[in-house]
Amino acid sequence: MNAYQRVLAARSNQRPDAMRYINFMISDFVELHGDRRFADDAAMVAGLGYFGNRCVTVLGLEKGVDTPDRLKRNFGSAQPEGYRKSLWHLRQAEKFSRPVLCFIDTAGAACGVGAEERGQGQAIAENLWEMMGLKVPVLSVIIGEGGSGGALALAAANRVWMLENAVYSVLSPEGAASIIYKDAGKVLQASEALRMSAQDMLSFGVIEGILPEGKDFELALPAVRDAFDEALKSFERLTGEDIRRQRYERFRGLGGDWT
Amino acid sequence: MIEKSLFRDPNLRLEGQEDAPEKVPVSTCPRCRKNQELPALAQGLFLCPRCGYHFKINARDRIGMTLDEGSFREMGKRIASKDPLSFPGYKEKLEQARGQSGEHEAVITGAGSIFGQPCAFFAMEYQFMMGSMGAAVGEKLTRLFERALERRLPVVGYPLSGGARVQEGIHSLMQMAKVSGAVRRHADSGLLYIAVLCDATTGGVAASFALQADIILAEPGALVGFAGPRVIEQTTRQKLPEGFQRAEFQMEKGFVGKIVRRREQRELLGLLLRMHAGGPA
Repeated sequence: MNAYQRVLAARSNQRPDAMRYINFMISDFVELHGDRRFADDAAMVAGLGYFGNRCVTVLGLEKGVDTPDRLKRNFGSAQPEGYRKSLWHLRQAEKFSRPVLCFIDTAGAACGVGAEERGQGQAIAENLWEMMGLKVPVLSVIIGEGGSGGALALAAANRVWMLENAVYSVLSPEGAASIIYKDAGKVLQASEALRMSAQDMLSFGVIEGILPEGKDFELALPAVRDAFDEALKSFERLTGEDIRRQRYERFRGLGGDWT
Repeated sequence: MIEKSLFRDPNLRLEGQEDAPEKVPVSTCPRCRKNQELPALAQGLFLCPRCGYHFKINARDRIGMTLDEGSFREMGKRIASKDPLSFPGYKEKLEQARGQSGEHEAVITGAGSIFGQPCAFFAMEYQFMMGSMGAAVGEKLTRLFERALERRLPVVGYPLSGGARVQEGIHSLMQMAKVSGAVRRHADSGLLYIAVLCDATTGGVAASFALQADIILAEPGALVGFAGPRVIEQTTRQKLPEGFQRAEFQMEKGFVGKIVRRREQRELLGLLLRMHAGGPA
């Protein structure tokens, strides 16, 4: 598989969507709609439920399962109100000391006149701000596409995993081809240069682990569940302050050694 | 200080200007097309004398016109991008940016004072890859907020950026979370952060530390947004209205607290710092 084929595999609509993972590992899931400010954004799924015997907050960027559903969910690209919905639930998680589980699958935050008028930048900035201050553990998994700031808004986490064919990137290879190479045709070159694969992320220390998918994704669902379960157990022994510090140190070291 | 960095601008016509003083470089106002001799423009804080247009300015000039004379002490001067992905063509791009801007990276960080009020300070450099944020920029900003926290200093900053630096891939994206963490810690200990958004503040910088300040000011006409106007026009095939995403628009939409002309910035920053310093009026 070349670098661009991997991008296409990450985008494949055969992949389980965020709701599949939620239904698989969360019992008594109660989805709560709306951001309490402007609207409900179906690209961001939020709610609470039980993971094993723990109550958790759940956030998911949801691309949808068929054409009407995908249109309704804007193909997983959230508007500012999506990020204000997640913000509300992050605060609820902190209030009630619930761990946060995030399922990420997005090409990026929504881009358009409305998104700008309602402050897309501010909405993502506030999620990052909120997440970096949480005393509850935040665990994130990239189940398909991890596109730019729209994905990072749910990945300022204590631990981050990727499925083996997922991608994570600052910009789509299409965007990079047109910005850097000024040639939309150079998308394979851009995919290679950007280093978007799970293996790349593991080598950079950007993720903690790569989870297997299996031929028909039969391994993906239990692999994510087991990774979350193990991590939640390890955070049980830590204080809220420790959890927050661990997250800070995790990002503090990314980008190189400058001493 | 102003004149020195001024002459690095490759777009300005100036050949052998030291021996030939009759050839004074000229700059044209992009808004009203007035021609203005550069030394005079620099003297006037790079404002168009006819229409008041705020020219983009170098980070060094910003320091010179904002902080008390001689008060600035630079930090993290040697932190510069190491091309972590060996991205094709990036090394040359960095060389070019260093030559153009005379800086090692797209942000200058340090500490100084404004009307005697001490503060940590950063200004971003448009001539260095349009202020884009890679790992070095993220590291310098993180250190600035960490140092400010240790020394109990407020932070005054001038964000200006096209966003995350594509040539550093995921490392650039991670800086958004890293810097946000440092801003959050600084804020949690009760310290002030003021951002003055410059033309342009977009992408990953807008979606992180630029819009996390306690007080968000902007220069007149500064473009502020997540997606840039060209990307929006391409994606939506819609022509954007005049003034879309400009500071005035962002104030109307509720994301900018106040638009402050360059002439009035130093005074206002001094006042705001004083208001948060806890002393009497």
